[in-house]
Amino acid sequence: MTVESYRVRRLKRETADTFTLELRPVNGAGRIAFAPGQFNMLYVFGVGEIPISISGDPLKPETLVHTTREVGAVTRAMRKLKAGHVLGVRGPFGSPWPVAEIRGSDIVIVAGGIGLAPLRPALYHILSRRERYGRVVLLYGARTPADILYRRELERWRARFDLEVYATVDRAMSGWRGNVGVVTSLIARAPFDPLNTVALVCGPEVMMRFTVLELQKRGVGPQAIYLSMERNMKCAVGLCGRCQFGPVFVCKDGPVFRYDRVKDWLLKWEV
Amino acid sequence: MKTKTIEDLLAESAFFKDLAPAYRRMLAGCGRNVVFKAGDLVFREGDESHKFYLLRAGKVALEIRVPGRGAIILQTVNEGEVLGWSWMVPPYKKQYDARAVELTRAIAFDGACIRKKCEEDPKLGYEFFKRFAVLIAQRLSAARLQLLDMYAKA
Repeated sequence: MTVESYRVRRLKRETADTFTLELRPVNGAGRIAFAPGQFNMLYVFGVGEIPISISGDPLKPETLVHTTREVGAVTRAMRKLKAGHVLGVRGPFGSPWPVAEIRGSDIVIVAGGIGLAPLRPALYHILSRRERYGRVVLLYGARTPADILYRRELERWRARFDLEVYATVDRAMSGWRGNVGVVTSLIARAPFDPLNTVALVCGPEVMMRFTVLELQKRGVGPQAIYLSMERNMKCAVGLCGRCQFGPVFVCKDGPVFRYDRVKDWLLKWEV
Repeated sequence: MKTKTIEDLLAESAFFKDLAPAYRRMLAGCGRNVVFKAGDLVFREGDESHKFYLLRAGKVALEIRVPGRGAIILQTVNEGEVLGWSWMVPPYKKQYDARAVELTRAIAFDGACIRKKCEEDPKLGYEFFKRFAVLIAQRLSAARLQLLDMYAKA
């Protein structure tokens, strides 16, 4: 897949170290089709290329939206881009959240930190076809109140009658009126029917491991849990082997995996 | 409409509902309804710990004061959850401040009285320790995850 040129339409600062890029094709092509959960390889010319999940609305394909965190040379350079600057895009790649297959189920979305970004397209999809799903619950954990991603959108979601939103932070100063505690602690009291629930989970790997434990305590089966895995990806097409995770490649076979497919590898530190 | 008794509330609570009815009756006899307005202190670090609470509604923040940094919230306890376990463990002192974040209704239990009954009736004692051991393990596990600082940059 060749690199296409995209122009920055807007760069929005989300928190102290996260930002959202809105991109449009330089050649004026109209639509950028993707499935929720997929990612693109974004190339800052002269600096490097990295995988970033797509965080926009699949029903608004005119603009490509990526939210990421400033962690290395490429994202640092990306953070300095301004409207009108051009970068390269390859994609979309990877397996999506199974949003069509899980119709009729209660949906529990568990996101930690920047992990909300790859889940947002799935939530957009579900909310746009709300009548096809049972209860929909979003559980979101962040480090501190200042690190809460998409804060205004979370407030809008919380105001809806057809979506339950629970957010928590790991630490806060006195005066914070929200929840304090790890995101996994929200699972025990979240309203869903465990026997008819599908869970979509994305966040730091340790958070996902403990999330799975809590979901299983509630009675959610391993075949009803999906995780978005993160590994160091380079080629994005399963050739270079950088993102090999046991028998699978995260870039090609993932990043979204059904839990029972990867569970034996999650506790093998060697892979 | 019939007002629910403390015994009714205990029968509905996830924490106590599978306790034998006779023990629930006894426990109800050691409890009373309390209300805290937003900002009220439920208890303070260093207080004698002879009570624990089952939150019926509202939210309570467990805070610790750090010189130079102010009060830091370590955890919030929500509706349906139990607040306080230091009443079971010597030296029976509260280790944190607990402050109502919003209007909070709770049942306050006389832990000293329950401790005495547990000493007299080991089966009751075991039932209590079984429940509170799970609570303490959950809080310990959550505290360890918080310590990991999972969302920090790698």
